Amino acid sequence: MSANVHAMSFPRTREPSAVSVKPLDSRARGNDSLADTPEARAHRVVAEKSNAIAEAARLRRERIRAFVLYVFPPLAGIALLILIWSILTLAPDSRLPSPLKTWDAAVTLFAKPFYRAGPNDQGIGWNILSSLERVGIGFGLAALIGVPLGFAVGRFTFLDRMLSPIISLLRPVSPLAWLPIGLLVFKAANPAAIWVIFISSIWPMIINTAVGVQRIPQDYLNVARVLNLSEWKVFTRILFPAVLPFVLTGVRLSIGVAWLVIVAAEMLTGGIGIGFWVWDEWNNLNVQHIIIAIFVVGIVGLLLEQLILWVAKRVTHGANI
Amino acid sequence: MAQISEAAKPFVKVESVAMTFETRRGNYVALEAIDLSIAKGEFVALIGHSGCGKSTLLNLVAGLLTPSAGVLLCADREIAGPGPERGVVFQNHSLLPWLTCLENVYLAVERVFAATESKGQLKTRSLAALELVGLTAAVAKYPHEISGGMKQRVGIARALAMEPKVLLLDEPFGALDALTRARLQNELMQIVAHTGTTTLMVTHDVDEAVLLADRIVMMTNGPAATIGDIVTVDLARPRERVALAEDPHYHRLRGKVMDFLYRRQLQQAA
Repeated sequence: MSANVHAMSFPRTREPSAVSVKPLDSRARGNDSLADTPEARAHRVVAEKSNAIAEAARLRRERIRAFVLYVFPPLAGIALLILIWSILTLAPDSRLPSPLKTWDAAVTLFAKPFYRAGPNDQGIGWNILSSLERVGIGFGLAALIGVPLGFAVGRFTFLDRMLSPIISLLRPVSPLAWLPIGLLVFKAANPAAIWVIFISSIWPMIINTAVGVQRIPQDYLNVARVLNLSEWKVFTRILFPAVLPFVLTGVRLSIGVAWLVIVAAEMLTGGIGIGFWVWDEWNNLNVQHIIIAIFVVGIVGLLLEQLILWVAKRVTHGANI
Repeated sequence: MAQISEAAKPFVKVESVAMTFETRRGNYVALEAIDLSIAKGEFVALIGHSGCGKSTLLNLVAGLLTPSAGVLLCADREIAGPGPERGVVFQNHSLLPWLTCLENVYLAVERVFAATESKGQLKTRSLAALELVGLTAAVAKYPHEISGGMKQRVGIARALAMEPKVLLLDEPFGALDALTRARLQNELMQIVAHTGTTTLMVTHDVDEAVLLADRIVMMTNGPAATIGDIVTVDLARPRERVALAEDPHYHRLRGKVMDFLYRRQLQQAA
C-alpha cells in the first residue's frame, strides 16, 4: 500500500487516468464489504488522496494550457510584425533600419534617459515627461470643465438644446485647426499646445457625462423620491455613482485623444516633448529614433488607457450599472 | 377581520380618485372612480390583470404620482408626495448597486432618524432591520453578490427600517422562484404580524393574495379601470400554507377571486 501511495505523489510520472482508476476500484470494493475493517478504511483514504492528487494535476495542466493560449497569440503577433519589418529592410536601397539596429539604438538611448545637453538636446525621459505634463494640464482642465458641464447638460434640457448644436459643430474639427487660435490668444507655443489638448479632449467628457446623467434608471430616482433624500444625498449617493462609469468612459476616450494629438501639436510648436523629438530626429535623419518614438508613444498611450481601466474597475465594484 | 376594518377609522383613504395620463395619442384614462379605505393594521391585496392600473394606484398612495381627480389621505393628511411614513418595496428591489446592503438600508434610516439619533443608533437600527429579514450575514455584501431573494429582503428591510405607518409592496415577489417566494411570503406574514404595519400589496398571484391579505381588492380591466369587487379573507391567523391547502373555506375564497379574474374580467376583455 505504502509503495502505491508513494507512486501517487508523483502524478507526472504516470498517466493520470491509470492513477485514478485503480483507487476508485478499491474504494468500491471497500464499500461493498461494509467499510469498517482497517483494511477498507485504508483503501478509502488512499483512494481519496490519489483522486485529489490526480485532480490537482489535471487542474494544473489546464491552467498551464490556458496560460499558453493566453500568452502565445500576442507573442506570435509581435514576432510576425518584427518578421515583416525585417523583410522590408532586406531591400538593398532600403533606408529603414533593421529591428536589431533599432534595438541597439534603443538600448543606448534608454541607458541615459535623463540627460540635458542644451535646450534642444535632452534625454528621451525628459521629452516623455514634458509631453505627459502638457497632456496632464490640458486634459485636467478639460475634465475640470467638461465633467461638470456634462452633468448640467444632462440634467437640464434647456442647456442640452442650447449646447448640442455648438458641440456638434465643433467636435469634428481637427485638433490642429485650433493651434493658430491658441498661438494668437496666448502668444506662446507651450500654452497653445495645452490649449489644443484641452479643446480636443473636452468633447468626449461632456458628451459621455451628459448621456450618463440622462440614462440614470428611473428606479434609482424613484428610490430617491421615496426615501425623500436631500439634493446633496441624491447627488453623492445616486447621481454621481450612477454616472461615474460613463464619466470614466469619457475620460478614457479623452486621454486617448489627448495623447494622439500631443505628438502632432509638439511637432508644430517645438520646444521639448516627444513630438518635437520625433521632428528633431527626422531633421537629423535618425530613422531608428523615429521608430523608437513610435513604440514609446504607443506604449505610453496603452499604459494611460490601462490606468484609467484599472481606476474604473476599482470604483465600480464590478457591479452592472 | 371584516368587523375591525369597518369599525376602525380608515387610516388610508382613497376618495373618488381618477388618473389620466397624457400620451401622444391623446389622454389615456388609467383609473376611474376609485374609492378605498384601509384600516390601521389591515393587509390589503390589490389584484387584477396586467395593465389594470394596480401599480398606478399603489404609486398614487406612495405619492410618486399625483391624481388627476380626487384625493388620497394617509392618517387624515393629504398625500402630496412621497413620505417616510409610507415605505415602498419595488418589484425589482431597486437597491443601489454601489452601496452595501447595510449602506442601502442606512441611507433610508439616516433620512428619517438622523435629526434625533446618533450615528451609532442609526447603524443599530439598520442592522436590526436586516436582522428582521434574516440577513445578518450579508450586511457587508454588495447587491450583485447576493441572490434575488436576498435582494428583495434588503428592499423590504430598507422600507421597514424607516418604521413606516404604511408598507406599500409592488409585486415584491413576482420575479422570484416559487420556493423562495413561499419563504418570503411566510417571513412577510410574520413581520407584519409582529409590527402591525398597515400594508397594501400589488400582486397577480391569487394564492399569495388569499394567504396574506385581510381583504382582496379586485380591479377591472383597463382602460378606465376601477374596483370591481372586494373579497374579505376571514381566515384565522396565523395562517399556514400547508394547512390551508386542505381548508375548504380557503378554496371557496380562492374560487371567488379566480371567478372574478378569469370569468368576469376575461370575458369583458375578450
